[in-house]
Amino acid sequence: MSMHNSSESIIDIQGLSFSRGTRKIFRNVNMEIPRGKITAIMGPSGTGKTTLLKLIGGQLRPDTGQIKIDGEDVHRLSRQQLFSLRERMGMLFQSGALFTDMSVYDNVAFPIKVHTDLPDDMIRDIVLLKLQAVGLRGARDLMPSELSGGMARRVALARAISLDPAIVMYDEPFTGQDPIAKGVLVKLIRMINKALGHTSIIVSHDIQETLSIADHIFLLSDGHVIASGTPAQLLKDDTEQVKQFMQGLPDGPVPFHFSDDDLLQDLYTQESPNA
Amino acid sequence: MRMRWIEIMVGFFMVLGILAILGLALNVSGLKLSAKQGDYTVYARFENIGGLTSRAKVTLSGVQIGEVKSIQIDKNRLVALVAMDIHGDVDYLSVDSSAKILTAGLLGEQYIGVSVGFEEASLKEGEYIRDTQSAMVLEDLIGKFLFNKVSN
Amino acid sequence: MLDQIATLGRSTLDRLASAGRSGQMLWQSLVAAPTPVVMFPLLLKQIYFIGVLSLVIIIVSGLFIGMVLGLQGYTILVDYGSEQAVGQMVALTLVRELAPVVTALLFAGRAGSALTAEIGLMKATEQLSSLEMIGVDPLRRIVAPRLWAGFISMPILAVIFAMVGIFGGALISIEWLGIFEGSFWANMQNSVDFSGDVLNGVIKAFVFGVVVTWIAVFQGYDCVPTSEGISQATTRTVVYSSLAVLGLDFVLTALMFGDI
Repeated sequence: MSMHNSSESIIDIQGLSFSRGTRKIFRNVNMEIPRGKITAIMGPSGTGKTTLLKLIGGQLRPDTGQIKIDGEDVHRLSRQQLFSLRERMGMLFQSGALFTDMSVYDNVAFPIKVHTDLPDDMIRDIVLLKLQAVGLRGARDLMPSELSGGMARRVALARAISLDPAIVMYDEPFTGQDPIAKGVLVKLIRMINKALGHTSIIVSHDIQETLSIADHIFLLSDGHVIASGTPAQLLKDDTEQVKQFMQGLPDGPVPFHFSDDDLLQDLYTQESPNA
Repeated sequence: MRMRWIEIMVGFFMVLGILAILGLALNVSGLKLSAKQGDYTVYARFENIGGLTSRAKVTLSGVQIGEVKSIQIDKNRLVALVAMDIHGDVDYLSVDSSAKILTAGLLGEQYIGVSVGFEEASLKEGEYIRDTQSAMVLEDLIGKFLFNKVSN
Repeated sequence: MLDQIATLGRSTLDRLASAGRSGQMLWQSLVAAPTPVVMFPLLLKQIYFIGVLSLVIIIVSGLFIGMVLGLQGYTILVDYGSEQAVGQMVALTLVRELAPVVTALLFAGRAGSALTAEIGLMKATEQLSSLEMIGVDPLRRIVAPRLWAGFISMPILAVIFAMVGIFGGALISIEWLGIFEGSFWANMQNSVDFSGDVLNGVIKAFVFGVVVTWIAVFQGYDCVPTSEGISQATTRTVVYSSLAVLGLDFVLTALMFGDI
């Protein structure tokens, strides 16, 4: 693999703009994601954090700007090259996205079977090691429908790291998990990142969990990066927007009320709603 | 995976499909795979074949002995030339046999009825049945009937 | 006024774009076919789900439609004293028209809707994205085997439908209505032509199989990945494929039997 480990950043995003229909999701975003660290991309719901991961993975195409992974422009690769680039990426989807027609074991073995010619017993060893890492070696014969949400996400994590990728992307890993499962996932992400030495990108809006593991944080709002830095730096930041998000205040630059109309004026207006 | 079960069922499905197409071929459309090679062809000229079509029956005393292969115009005599495939085991049609175009029922299909003559020699591949009787055409019959009435 | 014209223009463009995407999907998944070794077990599994599991509904409907044809044909033909022709009528109707068309309609309802819902659900649960990120092309892994399975299963189902229907017609005519068995089959054999009728019926069934599977898979692949989107896509599959089958049937019939 042509990994030149010299450069500081592994993913380099320059001047990225993307829109869905008429809605602009990103406006001229610049980002450098450092190699071998845990980077978190945070922001309120609907700011396109998941979209950003899909752009990095080459599943979506930006309007302008470019995304380079190890110097390769993702959106200039041929379909073939793109698929081989993706062998070096693992992605943990929000829903887990396990293949429902395969057992846990087959799910984890799937990327290995597709991309390597390893003999079956060797694949078995790798799969069992990965499942052991997420603590689910005993669940290998279960089907995805028999797993709890937290277990499904751990299996998906084992699948995402089965080929020892250079980059692992986590899409909202903590959403909808109970505190114990959240704690397990935080521990796993940190441990796996340390053990495998890859780059982790976490997209999340769970402040506590993310702050506890991220080395570097980008804060997205309104289609661009409003702040970036270490967790400590962001906590000290006293920009209104950053403070509102980091401390979870209900009202601020992101208003509590959807519309700006004055309530009294609205109440006293006599027009019928369908006029 | 119940892969074995799936394999068996798909195999069963394929067999069922093959049996069905064979059934359609042999039982429904009457396609014959064998015994074609023993068949021989004889010809007959008819003044008028009426509604005779290819693949119509050729019978001897009502028993099917072959089928009509093709119908053309004999350009020399300007009459219909009918080629018939006769089963190979029917080797007793004498050279003076006669052929008639008959109708099954009032509105049924038309077919050829062959009656055997008295000669010793039998028809061979490519030979002609000389003695033929054309199909009854309803308009001709009515015409004849009226003509007779008038002349009487 | 101008707004309405704009709406019409937009929906036309949407439809064209969707037709283009469906063509692209078909092209990519069939031309860029995966290696046979990977493909074969997947194909087998899909033939099982699409073809084998549709057998029961096909056999039951075929039997009843054949029996109804036998009864109706008899009551009409007996007025003309040619009730022996009932076999010929049942066989020709089934082989030329009813077997391909009714099988295709049942196929759209039974297998087509299931295909759409399955692929739509895979999309909604990010399984398709997940395959892409693992570096596997979902067009090859998910779409191609399903397309091929549909293409293969549909003619087989239609042939089985025709045979079972003719059997049902024979059962009614011979056992119940008392038509002489020999003349039933002989009349049928004299009038049904293998290449003209049976093969043309099979060709029809194949064309319908291609169209229905294509619509079903595309609607699933292109649906809005929400529960509402999936249900709409499933409805569209059944409506579009039924209309396409009936329309195409007219065109094919005109081409095949129109000059007789």
